[in-house]
Amino acid sequence: MREIPSESITKAVAELAVRANCVLPEDVRDGFKKALRIEPSPVGRDVLGQILQNADIARLESMPICQDTGLAVVFADIGQDVRIAGGDFEEAVHEGIRRGYTDGWLRKSVVAEPLFERKNTGDNTPAVIHARIVPGDRLRLRLAPKGAGSENKGLLRMLVPADGLEGVKKTVLDAVIAAGPNSCPPMIVGVGIGGNMEVACLCAKRACARDVLSKNPDPRYAALEEELLALVNKTGIGPAGLGGETTALKVNVEWRPTHIASLPVAVNINCHAARHAEAIL
Amino acid sequence: MSAQKHVTAPFDDATARSLRAGDSVLLSGTIIAARDAAHKELVETLRRGEKLPIDLRGAVVYYVGPAPAKPGQPIGSAGPTTSGRMDAYTPALIEQGIKGMIGKGYRKPEVVEAMKKHGVPYLAAVGGVGALIARSIKKYEVLAYEELGPEALAAMKVENFPAIVVIDADGNDYYEQGQTPYRKI
Ligand code: SF4
Repeated sequence: MREIPSESITKAVAELAVRANCVLPEDVRDGFKKALRIEPSPVGRDVLGQILQNADIARLESMPICQDTGLAVVFADIGQDVRIAGGDFEEAVHEGIRRGYTDGWLRKSVVAEPLFERKNTGDNTPAVIHARIVPGDRLRLRLAPKGAGSENKGLLRMLVPADGLEGVKKTVLDAVIAAGPNSCPPMIVGVGIGGNMEVACLCAKRACARDVLSKNPDPRYAALEEELLALVNKTGIGPAGLGGETTALKVNVEWRPTHIASLPVAVNINCHAARHAEAIL
Repeated sequence: MSAQKHVTAPFDDATARSLRAGDSVLLSGTIIAARDAAHKELVETLRRGEKLPIDLRGAVVYYVGPAPAKPGQPIGSAGPTTSGRMDAYTPALIEQGIKGMIGKGYRKPEVVEAMKKHGVPYLAAVGGVGALIARSIKKYEVLAYEELGPEALAAMKVENFPAIVVIDADGNDYYEQGQTPYRKI
């Protein structure tokens, strides 16, 4: 058993909150630089230039890339040989979010209850935590803050097997077209295929938070990622929705086994402020 | 892209109508920051038949919920939020005399109808470049609903705030015009 003090988790999460929100990940940044070279639309190139310039200002001045610093989504892979000492794991994560968002001058965008009062919690808690137990004695924390402009355009369809590949393509295309300029393209599109209702959504979310340089390890799905990207980039939406060929930087697909009668497809859209940062304890 | 037009907010009728879909604009003057919760408050105040906390005639409304300002700075990152969420409230505010809106994303046909009727353009700022946009915001002053935090109603002094006219007062739509040449499906 390896012991990790809960205070170390809090500190790591607080640091991740500031880093994720203020520093555009290298993989995303490189993606925009490449897009700038190939985007044929002059307005589109201007937007890509603004995105890169914004990322520089944010990093140098430790300002958030986007004011919507989002719901804090935390993926935690907890090694089964880890013992968390000195406090509750989830509370340690929430406290890290509280500290990071307060001390880092990040916007507090969480309401305590969704329907009646919608009162801001004032410290961006609670975080959304997706934890799983994995082999080993490490704790991997990945924070992916997610704004509402893109999150609100997520889509789940419970397709049936006969809908097949065409059904999947149509679902992705419908989601991207409905998102359009609202989700601050160039987007990163996360697609979850299979599982059941909630597993498909979680797959889509994990796909969204993956690096843009990564590929699905299954070559059939890696090819599907390419095909979907080419399709999405034919919509004409372009950077900021003002027209062009860079509607998405990347489509990431994750899949899971499913029921003989099901083909769930979930699409989670991430905006160009595709924030993610990771720490391993 | 066409040459950048310099315009001053609040807008008079002539300025509002002079902005054409696709125009790239640098905006200076005073704009009004308001998003979901402030819109709801304003429209509920009208429904109760009460007086609004500010005069909206000529106002250019910016849909934004800024990040908090660090000490010594006027504002934190402050890019546009999705305009469509304001659509339910917008026609009522256009009736109250607003003359421009800045946000991002599509608008509903009823909003475009109200814009055409009252000569109001809709501009987009690039979403997600809040740190860059903050450089053009010189002052941020809460006018009402302070308890709403980032959703308070506020006045912003801006200099050369970059925006692009996406729907003009005649209903021409630059999202449509800009995307069509690149649409291959
Ligand atoms: S969609 Fe993303 S980039 Fe756009 S405003 Fe929301 S968080 Fe920011």
